[in-house]
Amino acid sequence: MIKKTFVGLLKPRLEYDILSATHTEPEIIPAPKKVTILSGTSFERSDAVQLKVGDKVKTGQKLVPVIDSEDYVISTVTGTISSISNYTGNFGRAFTSITIDTDDTEEIDEKFGEICNKPDLANAVDFLGSVPGGLPLKILNDPEKSINRIVIYGMDKDLLMTTTQFVVKTRTDLIIKGIGILKEITGIENITMAVPSSLMHNANKTGADVTIIDKEYPSALPFMIAKEVLGDYVPAGRSLEDMGICLISAEAIASLGAAYTEGKIPVKKVVEIVDKDGSKKYVSVTMGTPVSDVFKAFDIKVKDKDRVIVGGPMTGSSIYSVDYPVQADTDAVIIQDGSKVETVSDYPCINCGECVRICPSKIQVNILVRFLEAGEYQEAADAHDLYSCVECGLCSYVCTSKMPVFQYIRLAKYELANAPAEVEAEEETEAAEEENA
Amino acid sequence: MHSQKKLIVSHAPFWHDGSSITTRSYHIMLAAMLAIIPGLIMYGASAVAVVSMSVSSAILWELAFNKISKQPVSVGDGNASLIGLLFAMMLPATSPWWVVVTGTFVAVIIGKQIFGGIGANPFNPVLIGMSILMVAWKDYFDFDAALVNYDLDMVMVYPLAYLKNFGVSIVDQFSIIDLLTGKQVGGIGATFGIGIILGGIYLIIRGFIRWEITISFLAGIFITALAFQISDPQNYAGPVFHLLTGYTLLGAFYLSTEDSSSPVNFIPMLIYGAGCGVMTVLIRNIGAYVDGVVLAILLMNLANPLIDKIRPKAIGKVA
Repeated sequence: MIKKTFVGLLKPRLEYDILSATHTEPEIIPAPKKVTILSGTSFERSDAVQLKVGDKVKTGQKLVPVIDSEDYVISTVTGTISSISNYTGNFGRAFTSITIDTDDTEEIDEKFGEICNKPDLANAVDFLGSVPGGLPLKILNDPEKSINRIVIYGMDKDLLMTTTQFVVKTRTDLIIKGIGILKEITGIENITMAVPSSLMHNANKTGADVTIIDKEYPSALPFMIAKEVLGDYVPAGRSLEDMGICLISAEAIASLGAAYTEGKIPVKKVVEIVDKDGSKKYVSVTMGTPVSDVFKAFDIKVKDKDRVIVGGPMTGSSIYSVDYPVQADTDAVIIQDGSKVETVSDYPCINCGECVRICPSKIQVNILVRFLEAGEYQEAADAHDLYSCVECGLCSYVCTSKMPVFQYIRLAKYELANAPAEVEAEEETEAAEEENA
Repeated sequence: MHSQKKLIVSHAPFWHDGSSITTRSYHIMLAAMLAIIPGLIMYGASAVAVVSMSVSSAILWELAFNKISKQPVSVGDGNASLIGLLFAMMLPATSPWWVVVTGTFVAVIIGKQIFGGIGANPFNPVLIGMSILMVAWKDYFDFDAALVNYDLDMVMVYPLAYLKNFGVSIVDQFSIIDLLTGKQVGGIGATFGIGIILGGIYLIIRGFIRWEITISFLAGIFITALAFQISDPQNYAGPVFHLLTGYTLLGAFYLSTEDSSSPVNFIPMLIYGAGCGVMTVLIRNIGAYVDGVVLAILLMNLANPLIDKIRPKAIGKVA
């Protein structure tokens, strides 16, 4: 944890970790006894599930858990499905969770291998949606979004992590192949690599345009990268896709390259493990492996009241069980000792202004948070710049009152995003009732 | 089945810079000690009694309010004792106990708690307490009368009152060194200039108070007083005299910088600080009151929400 310096007059500078020149190779953790895979749709009735407990699956096999759903997952192991259940993630995101018991011998599903010699977007959308790193192929395939520029980020979004940089450095060849395939299947020629200056050499080799990302947080957050690439800030309330930009992790591009080179869908994810003492290790792990297995491999003891974070310290999320699986976008797993966990308080804002001075979006956080506390989300969005927020979490980091400012902001955005749907649903039921009457 | 460990689950960010309201209050109090201790040495036991009474009663008022309003006990954040301490710094050493206790009641309860507690007060609570007492019991804040029984090795009259009554000729009796080293009549913690300045600089460096407010406050005093002096040197004292007498330094470093009642943006902080300084000299030179700091800051507190609307445009904002 980075504490305030003695000279508190200066703004705290949080810098990204830069991959060291003497990085170690990732340790390979063997396929676990059991993997859990999360699919992006939940089911309401059990007869909507078309997979059954006891079904045999092969590595790389495409599984569509819910009937009539576009969401699919790729089995990362060979084995037998042992349970299917609903799972609720952060902010009520619903998933179907599929647990597979692993067999001793691995069999590779052939379907992708048969079609991989002529890459096209439809096939990629069909098979490569959940490769390590996460490919946003749906956005690229969506005719309503006119994506004209792809930005590949080779810098980790959050502090402490160096996974993406590691991939850029060690898998440059696969990234070059991936970029070639990406150009071929999407027809988009405008491809930019966003990397820290230390990886410029590797990025130049790919032939893409190169944008250098500053090492001071939060310059590698999506909106900040977009600013570097576009030359101006994305207007408040618009998404990157609205601006024609699609942001893809370098690891996903490497996975894309690997998939077409090797003729099979990659299932191993590079994850950085940060131990309680701050020491870091890379692991190459089958996606779906429970975090507990990773900890066991490094002999990391989890105690009561420790905190386990998936993602970075500023924007990640903490998990309540070490059974949580490593997923396509899990770049880091951090464990904090219980004695060092800083919790939030219920104190009000004392108006010290630290958040206002550190906010990269120049939001009046002290005013905004008062509206958010009172649940006045619409007012916050209309008059107090809620949608200018780039979600870096610095306001919470410096808050003297230890308010959960960042969480208030995310909650407000979530509530506003869901509010219109509720209103519409109500109107529909009312209309239906009137018709019936 | 292995037993599941119970993990702490919370939301991002998972780091914090370690600042807290308690450290903030304690550091401000610690810095204020540099100014208070010389005052205690100068005025002796009665000053110690006033300070102790002020701090302890402020804490008790806050505790009582917590209990009555069934709120969590908030005396631990140090804000109540800070209010008590700053309040005592402004009092003459001979203030009777009931004046002190009433003052801290007004400061803590009326100045802060009824607005909703820490962070919700539109005015500096210390100054609310001070101004109400100054209006209610004017005589107890006449420093010459209050300290009539002291005969210390210095000019035993309150410089600002002396100036008001006898004109600019008396300024020569006070050397800068005397004013800086506390050889002047005034509040317990308001006269030892060097201590206030050093404590204030410490707080600025540590980031507990905002330098923009302090510097613009002092600049406002200096420029306004200088303008008065240049326009009419026979009637108006110079800027240095104004800077080092009365509550000026205390106001610049400790009172105007109170978090809740001051702006947070750069330009508003400058306007606010300068406004405090200008108003102080205006009240001193052409107003009815001897010292203008208390009312000047309260006036700018009132204007604070409006001033703080001058702000940079948020990124990505189209309109």
